[in-house]
Amino acid sequence: MITSSKRTPLTYLVHATVLFLVIMWTIPTAGLFISSIRDKDQLSVSGWWTALSTSTQQLVTRANDPSTQTLEGGLYLIQGNIFDGAPGEVTKFGSSSLKPDAFDVGTKVELKRGQTLQVMKNGDYTFASPTEWKGSRSSRIFYTAETPPRFTLDNYREVLSAEGLGQSFINSLTVTIPATIIPILVAAFAAYALAWMSFPGRALLLAAVVGLLVVPLQMSLIPLLKSYNLIGEFFGVGSKTYVGIWLAHTGFGLPLAIYLLRNYIAGLPSEIIESARVDGASDFDIFRKIVLPLSFPALASFAIFQFLWVWNDLLIAMVFLGNDAEHLVLTGQLRELLGSRGGNWEILTASAFITIIIPVCVFFGLQRYLVRGLLAGSVK
Amino acid sequence: MGQLASALLTMILGVLGCAAYFYGSNALLDKIFPTKKGNAQTVAHNLRIANMVRPWLFLGPAVLLLTFYLFYPVIDSIRLSFFGRSGEEFVGLSNYIWLFHSDEFFESFRNNMLWLVFVPTAATFFGLIIATMTDRIWWGNIAKSLIFMPMAISFVGASVIWKFIYDYRSGGDDQIGLLNALVVFFGGEPQTWIAIPFWNNFFLMIILVWIQTGFAMVILSAALRGIPDETIEAAVLDGASGVQIFFKIMVPQIWGTIAVVWTTITILVLKVFDIVLAMTNGQWGTQVLANQMFDWMFRGGGDFGRGAVVAIVIMVLVIPIMVWNIKRANAEMEGR
Repeated sequence: MITSSKRTPLTYLVHATVLFLVIMWTIPTAGLFISSIRDKDQLSVSGWWTALSTSTQQLVTRANDPSTQTLEGGLYLIQGNIFDGAPGEVTKFGSSSLKPDAFDVGTKVELKRGQTLQVMKNGDYTFASPTEWKGSRSSRIFYTAETPPRFTLDNYREVLSAEGLGQSFINSLTVTIPATIIPILVAAFAAYALAWMSFPGRALLLAAVVGLLVVPLQMSLIPLLKSYNLIGEFFGVGSKTYVGIWLAHTGFGLPLAIYLLRNYIAGLPSEIIESARVDGASDFDIFRKIVLPLSFPALASFAIFQFLWVWNDLLIAMVFLGNDAEHLVLTGQLRELLGSRGGNWEILTASAFITIIIPVCVFFGLQRYLVRGLLAGSVK
Repeated sequence: MGQLASALLTMILGVLGCAAYFYGSNALLDKIFPTKKGNAQTVAHNLRIANMVRPWLFLGPAVLLLTFYLFYPVIDSIRLSFFGRSGEEFVGLSNYIWLFHSDEFFESFRNNMLWLVFVPTAATFFGLIIATMTDRIWWGNIAKSLIFMPMAISFVGASVIWKFIYDYRSGGDDQIGLLNALVVFFGGEPQTWIAIPFWNNFFLMIILVWIQTGFAMVILSAALRGIPDETIEAAVLDGASGVQIFFKIMVPQIWGTIAVVWTTITILVLKVFDIVLAMTNGQWGTQVLANQMFDWMFRGGGDFGRGAVVAIVIMVLVIPIMVWNIKRANAEMEGR
């Protein structure tokens, strides 16, 4: 690489450009995360980039109802605090929805029939009336408040229980773990056969695997759905089962698994395998005792690919697993929420973060293997 | 939790089952055709048979799964495209005729072509720029990691992330979507970005570019490192500028890798589904083939014939890349 020892303007330009691009690429995720831990009232009225500043909100609250009134100095009073103890500061208030910011704090406002309303900066309010307050409905107070930034895990608590994310999380794990492990074993044997055993049709089979690598899933969906319906009917279990989706993911993951592993296994030094053969080891022994342990990096690479792919998959889960609560995986659940809770960003951001946290952790933890797998899979 | 336990149990059973199959079938083969003892002639005979059978024991499960999940469905999809809604009555070419007279198909086809041009180009371009630049700075690896990260995020998750950025608030409310907030800050009018005909396609494409740039960057970065230093040193001695070195020395040497990255992203783009489904579900002129296919699979109880026809269009678009891939893989194996 070209390395210039001088600090030229070009070097600074490179630093600045990369910094700019990194910010562009991370800001969307950062925004999501920050939003997901904000208070939902603040989240819905101000951008997440203002999360650390005090936010100004137009709010409305109901005063305590007339049954709490007290008599003091000939006046019937209803008293209370707008914030109920939470921090905050009132700047303006009003008594009608048309003029929510008609009055400054501290002023005593004349309402009808000699009644008055006073709201203090800290949120204390006093309704006073020369006659007794009647009825059971309390009056409304409109106010403009400055609330300090509030961070909370309430959003997560809500989506994990009320919105069914907790169940979906378990469903996703149920789908992902077997669908990651099973194809590895099947593919490893096939890859060994394709790399080190000679038999007629080997070249053709390899070409077929490379061809199947790019077959669009869409081609498989309808015939498989039909087959699944038939098989499900035959066994009387319905067409949407976990076993069905494990096998589907296994089938769809196999071409890449075989291709990656074959490339790796074919690259192992032939002396080791030949000398084992000369010593009388069978192919099964060679595979089990020599090839499998040596292929660990390739197996790990594929496992990470398959894990990310299965965890993040939406299409196969929607077609082969269905949409009921017992079967809905995280991606499916997130899509449902996107439809039904389109505007509730506190729910969407928290849910999205839950769906991405596991793959992102896997990604950062095992990046080395992922990169190696990517390189083996495409660059030659 | 019980569900998870049963999943783990199934996994263990599955793995044990696989192991038992491979072990058992191999042991059986050794038993039927013993090669360790007996006279030389039978051993030679048995060895020949065992060597003929054994590869297929190793390949058996994989071949069965590939046939059932990929090979047979492709053939059956072609057959179904000549059949009606339920896949039972033969309708000849009428699904194809319907396809070529459907406005929706042309809309999805046009959009797919837009995706096909824009996403691989943009992702490869950014990937190349970032790979080149990060190789020169000390915090390059951190930068790469962060740009690579969206690869781990599901398309649906990414859709939520970006829908939040494109969010629109009507009236005089504060914009909580980043894009509209920026537009307002610079004195513009906020927009409902994903509903603007034609241009909304690009707002969806940006999501995929965001995800795929990291992939392009990783692969291209490895290729750039593989360029022999001598070629660059020679260019420097000859007085070439940085830009000249980049375009005339470095890019031509990694041309093959750029093509690989390009085609890999192209295949992904042809199948793009989740993003469109989650963002617009094909409304406002954003339909794409994969989503249309999914739609027909279930619309009004499902129309398998029409769904299959749309799938075949995607397949036909993939075939040139498939042929190129097979040729490349063959050439590689001969070179070994």
